[in-house]
Amino acid sequence: MKQETVRISIIGFGYVGSGVAEVIRRKREAIARKHGIDLKIVGIADLKGVIADEQGVSEEAIRALKAGEKQGDMTSLDIIRDVAHEVMVETTPTNVETGEPGLTHIITALESGRHVVTSNKGPIALEYQKLMELAAKHGKEIKFEAAVGGAMPIISLVRENLAGNGVMSIKGILNGTCNYILTRMAEEDLPYEHVLKEAQEIGIAETDPSKDIEGVDTAVKLVILANSIFGMNATYNDVKVVGISEITPDALKLANDAGYVIKLIGDVDSDGRLEVAPRLVPKDDPLNVGGTLNVATIKTDLAGEITVIGKGAGPIEAASAILSDIIGIYS
Amino acid sequence: MEDRSYFYLPPPITTINKKVITMKVSMSIELKDIPGQLVHALQPISNLGGNIRSVQHQRDKKTPSGRIPLQLVLEIEERSLNILVERLKERGVNVVRIGEERLKDSMVVLLIGHIVHSDLRETIDSIDSTGFAEVVELSLSMPGVDMTSSASVTLSAIGKEELKDALDILEATAEKKGIMVISSI
Repeated sequence: MKQETVRISIIGFGYVGSGVAEVIRRKREAIARKHGIDLKIVGIADLKGVIADEQGVSEEAIRALKAGEKQGDMTSLDIIRDVAHEVMVETTPTNVETGEPGLTHIITALESGRHVVTSNKGPIALEYQKLMELAAKHGKEIKFEAAVGGAMPIISLVRENLAGNGVMSIKGILNGTCNYILTRMAEEDLPYEHVLKEAQEIGIAETDPSKDIEGVDTAVKLVILANSIFGMNATYNDVKVVGISEITPDALKLANDAGYVIKLIGDVDSDGRLEVAPRLVPKDDPLNVGGTLNVATIKTDLAGEITVIGKGAGPIEAASAILSDIIGIYS
Repeated sequence: MEDRSYFYLPPPITTINKKVITMKVSMSIELKDIPGQLVHALQPISNLGGNIRSVQHQRDKKTPSGRIPLQLVLEIEERSLNILVERLKERGVNVVRIGEERLKDSMVVLLIGHIVHSDLRETIDSIDSTGFAEVVELSLSMPGVDMTSSASVTLSAIGKEELKDALDILEATAEKKGIMVISSI
């Protein structure tokens, strides 16, 4: 099989970025065999510093970067612009207000003729149309499967596997933290504050959990789905958002007695409805998944309802989606 | 000192089954074939505070006795129905059949907030007064005075559209009172 070398930069080297480096290290040979592409990481940038090597960055250099040893004087933008490569992987933390620094990274990459694969929700939710136009103008692709539902495929599922179908609605659980909290509250009959504290202790909820529990994270993901699948031009402000902090153990018990569970559901449909709210889900509905799992039911005109369930978070899970996006560009 | 914060006592849950106030009725009547009979027949309904939802008048079809059959759907208070039938008979209108329209579709909705303080009765009445939907069951959970209470409400309506209308009414009422509504997917 003819081999094509695909040079990659990883901008943002936290959990997800290093997860990408890890899966590329593990899967490089198998991907070369199966898909005929040789993935080579030629640049990594993080707040701590940057490393670059045309021959592929070494394991030692990665270790040194992780250890916080200052590496060279280049910036992330220097890597994106000046180091020759094909795909820029953007994995800096999400900022839903400004989209930065991811937005500048993505724009710079497209203008420099790189494909973009990202897990970063901010830029995609804020500037979807602008970024798509820019990508088209430069003949490059921008892919973001990892931004919605982590490892769970939704965007490529609809665009590729369900091609030809009209999509009527997508509803689901797009935030693992909220799912964990509501599942624990219902199963253990514990108050919200207690379970939140527990979730923070085991690292499922962040120290400032407001983006998750107030539904902001779910809403941002919904905006991405609305724009990329339903062709809307929506922003966060178009989403009606209610979080889970008002949910009481009593309410969960009453729901249970009536045959339901309560889940934070993101709901987008072709009529333009964009809503995040706690909803009653029948216990036997496929959307009733527990723990930190994510789930989405896609309602289509031909295939009917399709439900996907998967891990919504985690470095290797997100890296899985990023890897599939990279391979997708070349197949 | 023992840490008590991990204990959580579930509150008692009470269930109230409430009485039907307004009912939806379908009625087959027969009118004499002379002018003014339609108004003559419908008048007692509005006189008794009833609400006519639909009238099917088939002039070309006549009964063997030469009367004109008429199909009515109306909402009326349960206690007024018998009076209505009497008044129709007094006016020479034949009442052939009376049937109560069934509340076919149901949904469960949860409410969270200061439900009891906010006059639950008014919220229920706002649904029941529609004539096409009602609150058929209500389970209330009150952990304590001044604490947030929760309720599960079963709404029933004569059809899916009407059920959706009933939910809209409930949501609008709840929003005014600062109560959270959790609806089914």
